[in-house]
Amino acid sequence: MELAAKLFGGTAALRNPKDIGRALVMTVGVPLAAFAIFLALWSFAASRIQTSLGAVPGPTQVAQQAVNLVHEHFAERERRDAFYARQEQRNAERVKEDPGYQPRIHPWTGKATYIDQIFTSLKTVFVGFLLATLVAVPLGILAGTSKVVQAAINPMVQLFRPVSPLAWLPIVTLIVSAVYVTAGDPMFQKSFLISAITVTLCSLWTTLINTAIGVSSVDKDLVNVGKVLQLPLGTRIRKIILPSSLPYIFTGMRLSLGVGWMVLIAAEMLAQNPGLGKFVWDEFQNGSSDSLSRIMVAVFTIGAIGFALDRLMLVLQNLITRR
Amino acid sequence: MSGSSRSFNRRQFTLQALALAGVSGAGLPALAQKAGRPEKQALKFGFIKLTDCAPLVIAYEKHFFEDEGLFVTLEAQANWKVLLDRVIDGQLDGAHMLAGQPLGATIGIGTKADIVTAFSMDLNGNGVTVSNAVWAEMKKYLPMKDGKVEHPIKADALKKVVDAWKKEGKPFKMGMVFPVSTHNYELRYWLAAGGLNPGYYTSSDTTGTTKADVLLSVTPPPQMPATMEAGTINGYCVGEPWNQQAVTKGIGVPVITDDEIWKNNPEKVFGVTEAWAKANPNTHIAVVKALIRAGQWLDASMANRAEAVKILSKSQYVGADATVIGNSMTGTFEYEKGDKRPAPDFNIFFRNYATYPYYSDAIWYLTQMRRWGQITESKPDSWYLDTARKVYRPDIYLQAANALIAEGKIKATDVPKTDGFKGVQSGFIDGVTYDGRKPNDYLAKFKIGLKAADKV
Repeated sequence: MELAAKLFGGTAALRNPKDIGRALVMTVGVPLAAFAIFLALWSFAASRIQTSLGAVPGPTQVAQQAVNLVHEHFAERERRDAFYARQEQRNAERVKEDPGYQPRIHPWTGKATYIDQIFTSLKTVFVGFLLATLVAVPLGILAGTSKVVQAAINPMVQLFRPVSPLAWLPIVTLIVSAVYVTAGDPMFQKSFLISAITVTLCSLWTTLINTAIGVSSVDKDLVNVGKVLQLPLGTRIRKIILPSSLPYIFTGMRLSLGVGWMVLIAAEMLAQNPGLGKFVWDEFQNGSSDSLSRIMVAVFTIGAIGFALDRLMLVLQNLITRR
Repeated sequence: MSGSSRSFNRRQFTLQALALAGVSGAGLPALAQKAGRPEKQALKFGFIKLTDCAPLVIAYEKHFFEDEGLFVTLEAQANWKVLLDRVIDGQLDGAHMLAGQPLGATIGIGTKADIVTAFSMDLNGNGVTVSNAVWAEMKKYLPMKDGKVEHPIKADALKKVVDAWKKEGKPFKMGMVFPVSTHNYELRYWLAAGGLNPGYYTSSDTTGTTKADVLLSVTPPPQMPATMEAGTINGYCVGEPWNQQAVTKGIGVPVITDDEIWKNNPEKVFGVTEAWAKANPNTHIAVVKALIRAGQWLDASMANRAEAVKILSKSQYVGADATVIGNSMTGTFEYEKGDKRPAPDFNIFFRNYATYPYYSDAIWYLTQMRRWGQITESKPDSWYLDTARKVYRPDIYLQAANALIAEGKIKATDVPKTDGFKGVQSGFIDGVTYDGRKPNDYLAKFKIGLKAADKV
């Protein structure tokens, strides 16, 4: 029960069955009913709006396209298998001709399916988020413990925090293109790095600010005890500062991940990183009669994943900070 | 870096020497073949969502690339600038390019970089579309024949509309896809032939609107219909399927195809950087071989065209509805809704030696760059030829074509015997003739446009 309360983000302890029943209605029943009303309104309104790509698709068309995207995924997998089979045959023929030849299998050259794109997006956002956390938490601790550092970085944080990903992107693109020069096959695609770094730049600020606030609001008595005991700095951070400021840091990270996911879609659209953002952009450009439905599938996917990420961070936060 | 490239060149040299020995030795065909293996097998090519990317798509889908030992990934690009930049910085090995792009890049219009091309992807394939409102005004001035508007439609009718707008103080705006795009030059040619000045580029005006009657601006091809629908532009010149989509969506009317502006004009080319071409000579030949076969397949039959339409309508390629793509790819072109006319030459991928990179084609684009001020100073005739020679590489094309002839995949008559000039060409909408050997004389023939020593 304790876990369920955590999952639903509730804080009140639930003990009697009547309360549980009411909680269930509130957490499951009401949202479901509201969603059903939303679907009804949507299908009612959709058919009445004509765009240049035809009528706005209703829930059924969107569901149909979701199914199609999954089918396409499996069809593409079959094409991939055929590709490898052809390659092996060609290699075998060449070895027959030229026994010294070392056959090499080249990776699949076909398109990334919708499901592949979801995973690319997740990977990109996590890399960007991880970078942001690695920069923001230490910097935040520094800013929280030292008034001088705080005064030094505060104006910069305020200056850069409101900048949109669309403004960062050209700068990041140019810098990555100039700095990230590799010979042969690079470990990361440039477009991947560009999107991930843009996510970092946009999502780093909330974690930074929250960490600084968290650290500076640690009970002064505790800090003083640490000083009196002459604990080394590392131990003081580990034993005193971190445990007390962890709830703040986690709240910051949770918000950061949310921002990162939102920003990622825009970054991918423009950097052409093969994820969900590129999918949306490509479909918009295609302008086929299915495009709108497919974009709506992506909207729901983006929303569902964003929601799942948020819940995941919340559960993590509850597990760690209430230990 | 320099050390590794030097040793690479040396290896290259030995390979070529081996190849030569193989050919002249006649008894060592296996060796010659081995030396011809591509240096780089995994390649990434960029394209823009237009039906004329078909040779790349078909070479991939019909496994022509794989037949040459190449593993190609095709990737749609956001716009022509992104595409060019990614070829220059090496993210892409090569790309579907506007014929003017390798030339413009080499002489430094916009981004400066040495780009070469050994393969011309197609002839024709563009159209000019105007919005419904403009069409309604324009139609009043058009001569009719048998109840239908007489074609080709000249820009004279549009001039009357533009003049009326001017009196009301309304600017007339049209979209094209890139400053050095074929569309820009075709649209300018058509407008100027009708007495409308499309504007000059100057060293301080890179938008090309100095003295303009019609203001031209850049919009990526797939966004053309949406931009016109939003009212930002009143018409545009673009490749397919984006003219047909305007008809299908009911937001505009195509008025002329580029085939009617200049019969059998060269459209897209396959471009790579000069450095890439130097480092990967065998790969380059292999790529051109696969592309020539794709062109041949596309022009072989209407059944193939219908199949190509289906392939191109997949979301990773052009992605528009098959009916929209099919409108122009299968021998017809729909103008006003319901006014479908035969257009057998709307897209040519192989016939008429469409794949051969002619110097005279390159020079035509250079003359237009000079005509509209992108080349700011007068140049001697020899400069035009030298530039064309630097960018257009029929030598590489011929190695690929001859290999295909030897393999029996194409006929010897499919390859032109030419010095690179198509001869004196007529077939322009204004009746002016073009001789690629005399670019400055050609420039002197236009009423609107810079002549030899002119400055804006």
